Amino acid sequence: MSFLLAPLQYDFIVRALVAAIIVGVVCSVLGVYIVLRGMAFLGDAMSHTILPGVVVAYFLGWPLAVGALVMGVLTALGIGFLTRRAALQEDTAIGVIFAGFFALGVALLSAGASSVDLAHFLFGNLLGVSSGDLLITAALGGLVLLVIFLFYKEFLVLSFDPLLATTLRLPTTFLHYLLLLLIAVTIVVALQVVGVALMLAILVTPAAAASFVTHRLPAMMAVSALIGVVSGVAGVYAGYYLNIASGPAVVLAATLIFLIVLTFSVLRRRSPAAEGVAL
Amino acid sequence: MTGPHPQHGIAHEPDAPTLEADDVWAVYRDRLAADGPRYALEAVTFRVARGERVAIVGPNGAGKSTLFKLIVGTLRPDRGRLDVFGHGPAGHICIAYVPQRAQVDWRFPVTVEDVVMMGRVGQIGLLRRPGRADWTATRAALARVGAAALARKQIGGLSGGQQQRVFLARALAQEAELVLLDEPLNGLDAPSQEAILAVLDDLRRDGVTVLLATHDLDLAAERFDRIMLLNRRVIAFGPPAAVLQADTLLRAYGGHLHVIDADGTAIIADPSCDEN
Repeated sequence: MSFLLAPLQYDFIVRALVAAIIVGVVCSVLGVYIVLRGMAFLGDAMSHTILPGVVVAYFLGWPLAVGALVMGVLTALGIGFLTRRAALQEDTAIGVIFAGFFALGVALLSAGASSVDLAHFLFGNLLGVSSGDLLITAALGGLVLLVIFLFYKEFLVLSFDPLLATTLRLPTTFLHYLLLLLIAVTIVVALQVVGVALMLAILVTPAAAASFVTHRLPAMMAVSALIGVVSGVAGVYAGYYLNIASGPAVVLAATLIFLIVLTFSVLRRRSPAAEGVAL
Repeated sequence: MTGPHPQHGIAHEPDAPTLEADDVWAVYRDRLAADGPRYALEAVTFRVARGERVAIVGPNGAGKSTLFKLIVGTLRPDRGRLDVFGHGPAGHICIAYVPQRAQVDWRFPVTVEDVVMMGRVGQIGLLRRPGRADWTATRAALARVGAAALARKQIGGLSGGQQQRVFLARALAQEAELVLLDEPLNGLDAPSQEAILAVLDDLRRDGVTVLLATHDLDLAAERFDRIMLLNRRVIAFGPPAAVLQADTLLRAYGGHLHVIDADGTAIIADPSCDEN
């Protein structure tokens, strides 16, 4: 018990735990859509392309979310433009935008900030979360979850059968860009926990693990969120006791859970008696 | 807008046919043509009346999928006009498209009743949850296609015939009045095909119009009111006996056709089955 309680005497550990739990839930729930719609590469790109916006907002003392949102919109529009107007394959378009904006972000950082700042943006700064950061994280995270809840059935249709979304005359373009915006906001929420470089892991790994053991979307979201929370908490404790960076520790924990769930589901698939026990 | 469902799409013109295409042309979008536009469909003109059952046949690349996209409203004609119940397709929520089975992600985490409920999403409207009427409609639709027992099953666990019937149930839940089916019978055994055709018979009693793309000329001849023979243009459109003639088939299929005309039957050899 003291193993679990001892770190809690430090306020910065408590704040880190709360941040990791919020981020675990928000990223893992949104990550379900990223996995189901095959948007992993786009998610990876977005987490890098927001960097220049975040850096500029950081220098100007603005909320980081504002810079991230501007870059999120520019990324989405840029990819859309290159795909439609310049007739590039989507992954090529994503790659071009990804590399260009990320380079701009690193260049801006190198011009005006210390290498510590750079490391924090790239790999997170979980132990440096302030009360103010927590408030913003909770507010933005709550907003993302609220929007996912409000548009649940529309996002479900759009993900499963985009053509059905069209025949039902759902606002498909609006929903698509709304989802991209949610990804941008979520990335801001997770920025302090894992940083830009490992963002993709926290977006897709819990959802991918959940997909092995669930057969319905709400269950997949719940299991994914649970895995995200457990990874976040495990990462903070691993950081404390093993003296390793918290961001990578969170991602390693998620990866370990993924491997365990994968092994479990492969073994179960081999034993015919276990048919149909999944959620 | 009163009544239990706030959204029903735009009103239908009472006297208008279900479907009316007037000199419709559609350009290939995926090709950058140096020598002028290439057309997927040329001068397509036809009418389909309410409750009719039409089979659309033609070689690969004949424009069947393009025609479906125009009817659904994801594509617009580059020339000409295409109306559903007297208006362009864009405002209607009464058009259902049953995709080819290969186009569906069967590992997606949804149950059968989740999929059928998706058909209700247009009627339910934004920011609302499914109500009791929507669940009733979902269960009734599943019962009508004989799949009530499958409601809680994940869709990956279904047989091919069950998969198609679940998507037909979705069209029923949508209260569709025009149903488009893309090769629904491919790869199904005879009893499964029969079960789906029985559902189509049931739809006809409700006045639902059905357009079905198929490569199976026997089936088209036996079970459909009219056949549209398509190869970028409408080669022929009429009762099966009138359409399935050696000369019209030759014009539609060209070199891919082998006609054995000893007793008036024709056999089609169409080497590949991938449609685009």
